[in-house]
Amino acid sequence: MTNVTPTATTHATHSPEHAAHPPPLGVLAATLAALLLLTFITVGVTRVAWLDLGPTGNLWIALVIATVKGTLVVLYFMHVRYDKPVIGLILITTLVLALVFIGLTLTDSVQYQDTIQAWRAEDPTRYAPDLQQP
Amino acid sequence: MSTLKPTGQPPAAEHSAHLQHQFDNPRQQFDAAVQGMWLFLATEILLFAGLFCVYAVYRANHPEIFYYAHVYLSKPLGALNTAILLCSSFTMATGVWAAQRRRQKLLAAMLVLTFLGACGFLTVKYAEYKHKWEEGLGWGQHYHPKHIAPGFAAHEAEEHGRSLPSPASAPASAATSAPASAPTATLATDAVSLAFEPRSLGPQGLAPSGRVPAQLNPEQEVRNVQTFFAIYFALTGLHGVHVIAGMAVILWLLARTLLGHFAAGYYTPVELGGLYWHLVDIIWIYLFPLLYLIH
Repeated sequence: MTNVTPTATTHATHSPEHAAHPPPLGVLAATLAALLLLTFITVGVTRVAWLDLGPTGNLWIALVIATVKGTLVVLYFMHVRYDKPVIGLILITTLVLALVFIGLTLTDSVQYQDTIQAWRAEDPTRYAPDLQQP
Repeated sequence: MSTLKPTGQPPAAEHSAHLQHQFDNPRQQFDAAVQGMWLFLATEILLFAGLFCVYAVYRANHPEIFYYAHVYLSKPLGALNTAILLCSSFTMATGVWAAQRRRQKLLAAMLVLTFLGACGFLTVKYAEYKHKWEEGLGWGQHYHPKHIAPGFAAHEAEEHGRSLPSPASAPASAATSAPASAPTATLATDAVSLAFEPRSLGPQGLAPSGRVPAQLNPEQEVRNVQTFFAIYFALTGLHGVHVIAGMAVILWLLARTLLGHFAAGYYTPVELGGLYWHLVDIIWIYLFPLLYLIH
């Protein structure tokens, strides 16, 4: 437990449950507006031809927009911006773990595709039992 | 607003009912609860990360399957569900705001709205699932589509400005065997190729050029589409289970609100339930573009 134990003196002026400094309603409403706008954008870019950056580019755009949205939810709806740093530490540690987990698996699986293809090529019916040679 | 007695004294009676003996004061107890909730949310993120890992590996190796199969999903319904969930997240945050100010009627109203949002989300999800099931778009052996991806050719034409092939009504076998009739031949030459180069080629399923022709029987061209639906149902299903759990939590919070449990400044359960609901929202924020908006 790394939390600093709050003393009565530092918090005596607050109602204890109110001390989390929540975002005001206006900030919450602005967050919702931004989230809906970003949803509109992420759908919209799929329909605009000149914004088509190809498979990889489009995936990155979608992920960046989703991450901005997620960050807004975390910072304001979940008010991490107003919380103790330890909350952000927990979250970031988790995300780094998840990214390492996914990234390493991805690297590994792509690495062995040639082996898989060679194995499949030996006998296509292994890969797709319904694919019988005529 | 201060309801505390002077320094060093135990907190006011209205808080002491909830204060466990191992905490110095309600604030410390509240912070510990929030921190514990975040540790739980961390395990939830890692739980979903397992499925996102499956998604990433399969999409990295078979982008053509995702590109082909996502056309079966309805973008408007997905966007509608995203908006519903974002709004319900906002009402939940407003509910916490109200709880902090002991505005119980507002809190109850916000919890009801949040619950209705969850109901709306699941209703749309039900309609989507029902459609998939009726169309034979299941996972594994449950994948036996009754139609070639609806609007697939139109979708291609729209996105890439290509001409629309004729309706895919000819027998599937005709496309792969020698073109016997004129319409089939036209279709074969007009075959629209997809933008994705498959990273892994199936034994004979994909065109030699490495681009996927959208012909009459795309099952034979884009193989293992059922894996997309396995991933789709696993991810949205696990998310749906979380939505249902969230609805139960919201109902419980609503009951406690109506019983006046949060009248005196204690609102920790509302805070924790809210955090959970926002996490469910965030998961969907990622699921929507990853499943519905592939292009």
